[in-house]
Amino acid sequence: MADARLDVAGLTKRYGGLVAVKEMSLRVEAGKILGLIGPNGSGKSTVMKLIMGIERPDAGSVRVGGTDVAGWPSHKIARLGVGIVFQHSRPLHRQTVLENIKLALLPDRLTRLLADPETDARARAIAARVGLSEVADRYPSTLAFAHLRKIEIAKAIARDPQVLLIDEPFAGLTMTETSAFSDLICELRDDGRAVLLVDHNVKSVARMVDRVLAMYVGERIAEGTADEVMRDETVRRVYLGGSLETAARPESTFRDGTTPFLDVRNVGVQYGKAQALDGVSIHVHAGEFVSVVGLNGAGKTTLFNAISGLLPYSGEIRREGQPLRGRSAARIARDGIVQCSEGRDLFTGMSVRENLDLGGQHLPPADSGRQIEWLFGLFPILRERQRQAAGTLSGGEQQMLTIARALMMKPKLLILDEPTLGLAPVILEQISKALERLRQTTPISVLLGEQNVTFALPHADRVYVLEHARIVWEGEPERFAAEAGTGYL
Amino acid sequence: MRALSTTRVLLIVLAVAVVAAFLPFWFSGYILGLLTLAYYFGVFAMAWDLLFGFAGEVNFGPTFLIGTGAYTAGILDNLYQPPIAVCLVAGALAAVAGGVILALPALRVRGPYFGLTTLVAVLMLQNFIVVDASLTGGEIGLTVPDVISVSDATNYEIALWFMAASAAILFSLSRSPVGLILQASGQDAVQAGALGFNVTKHKLAAFIISAFFSGLAGGLLIFYLGSASVGTLVDITVGVQIIIAAVLGGRRTILGAVLGAVFLIAMSEALRPLGDLSNFVVSALALVVVLLFPSGLLGLLTRSRETV
Repeated sequence: MADARLDVAGLTKRYGGLVAVKEMSLRVEAGKILGLIGPNGSGKSTVMKLIMGIERPDAGSVRVGGTDVAGWPSHKIARLGVGIVFQHSRPLHRQTVLENIKLALLPDRLTRLLADPETDARARAIAARVGLSEVADRYPSTLAFAHLRKIEIAKAIARDPQVLLIDEPFAGLTMTETSAFSDLICELRDDGRAVLLVDHNVKSVARMVDRVLAMYVGERIAEGTADEVMRDETVRRVYLGGSLETAARPESTFRDGTTPFLDVRNVGVQYGKAQALDGVSIHVHAGEFVSVVGLNGAGKTTLFNAISGLLPYSGEIRREGQPLRGRSAARIARDGIVQCSEGRDLFTGMSVRENLDLGGQHLPPADSGRQIEWLFGLFPILRERQRQAAGTLSGGEQQMLTIARALMMKPKLLILDEPTLGLAPVILEQISKALERLRQTTPISVLLGEQNVTFALPHADRVYVLEHARIVWEGEPERFAAEAGTGYL
Repeated sequence: MRALSTTRVLLIVLAVAVVAAFLPFWFSGYILGLLTLAYYFGVFAMAWDLLFGFAGEVNFGPTFLIGTGAYTAGILDNLYQPPIAVCLVAGALAAVAGGVILALPALRVRGPYFGLTTLVAVLMLQNFIVVDASLTGGEIGLTVPDVISVSDATNYEIALWFMAASAAILFSLSRSPVGLILQASGQDAVQAGALGFNVTKHKLAAFIISAFFSGLAGGLLIFYLGSASVGTLVDITVGVQIIIAAVLGGRRTILGAVLGAVFLIAMSEALRPLGDLSNFVVSALALVVVLLFPSGLLGLLTRSRETV
């Protein structure tokens, strides 16, 4: 076997009770591309941060050209020849593109008060290489999104790293930009660099990678060529789920036919230059359970934030026929549209009980007590954990607490954003059961955003598929596998 | 929108300083005295902007560095009467030493804790000065036997050229490769680290430079005033004035800080007839500028020039 430029073994990272990465091992040889894929929350970005030294591993080794750098600060790892392309571009805005690239060429010395005269020529050469020549003297704020991504690549390769880590190379790019970008990455590989590409699914990186390693909940689940990984049983189960059992109620059974409880019409959202939502229309009837399925980056969270009044948007969002625009996020939540965000947002220093009490702040004490009792019935584990600080709970328990706290507000519509994020299958089952009871015993409408189809479909009455900022499919869950399931890997 | 080259900015600074050097021919000693004070405050504010605007660290204790420099210089003069230059150098070095002792642990903590640490440092210095009255003069203040000069014009010229030199040095630094790295470290420490820069080292260096200029200016100020007290040099409110001056003048501009300091002192003088109300009006004005024009006075000036 050829010498590995990057050799990771037994890498482990814990955050409190949560194991984000568990005994990961991977190797990348010079002139090869390894794709590291996994659903949102699987720990792939953490692996990258551990390699770069942005996070300190709890155990394991990271060998770069034979030197174990595990636990080193990131500037030393960078100087040893590791470069990273971040997913989000944050250039210096008061400097031109060229100056941004020059920054990456500067030595880490305090005595360098005048730039090396060669720096300018080198920066221009790098700009030419990544296709930034024409805009080299402009300011980043005047440039298109694809150019900003190229600045990130330019900075990462400025020091001529032998190991290149790239986080979600194609997020937010159009088809043509994607193909130009992948050509560029292939060129960098042909220079003899070892490249680690991190992405959500195999499809997007299949054309370029030599091998693929799939992760789920912090562990490796498959490794091989792109084809092998796509055919792998475990991978298919993680992404598509096994056989699906659904129990949808037909849409006609909901009585509020023409003015549904929530009506989102032609909504668009723009993040700077990136279109995060484009003409999205969905509706949720009172008491209905609707799932929005889509990969990370498709726009689910953006959609929910727009509904919750956290983002400016074009188009219209109505609740029971009344436009929500102009109402504050706090007003919308108090009136009964409550969102459980992806990040969970628990008060980690407070106990489980205090978190719940806080959710029930506006209820009369007797009501609040009754509500908590009902929730303890829904999530029995929370009763046992009442006095424990929320931050010390496991990931699954934290998720249950998040949902419970939202339910303390007696919502009419509960929005759940990726509740399965980073959770083990056995925990999913418990949350799944609670959602089913919620659906059968309460009139609460639920809007669930998921990339895990197995979790999203069983309870859903209706399903939307969100892809690249647009709704591409709508229908009953039993039709999903046949009509929309392919092309989801 | 194209930024002026460093050389051109330095020429403008020189031109303005030369013009300002002729002010003693027209103005009374009283006005010159105010401007002298404003120039020293301008240096304090510039040194603060290097930390906040570039290194991205909010130092709530600029007066810790200033006070350490001023009191060290003053006490030394009181005890041994070495040449004033020796006192000044000792003051600047003491400020640097104090800054390093403060910054080393403070830069390790993230978020608001750096600011809190610097705030506590001011309170500690203040207490030390009050308690150790035999050495520091305590609450009454420290009087130094020597002053640089009794001539208003001489004092004014010293302050002016010290300020101009500090401005040139700090501004050039902010535009140099080191300033670029510093700015990157302040805006995105993770990315700066991944590009191979030792973020802590660069921020510490910025703190040392900020401390040096603060301490030196503090020392010069005590030999201009002939005395120092907690209320004029160390108190938190003095620090707040410096911060307001820097933000008012324009964050991340270095030079704007001088404008802010002159503006603040000129305003409080112009509003003196209002009595106790003048402080309130000055603060309210500063608040309006900060809220409506976050890029500060210098930002306003350069923007109007660009639209022409």
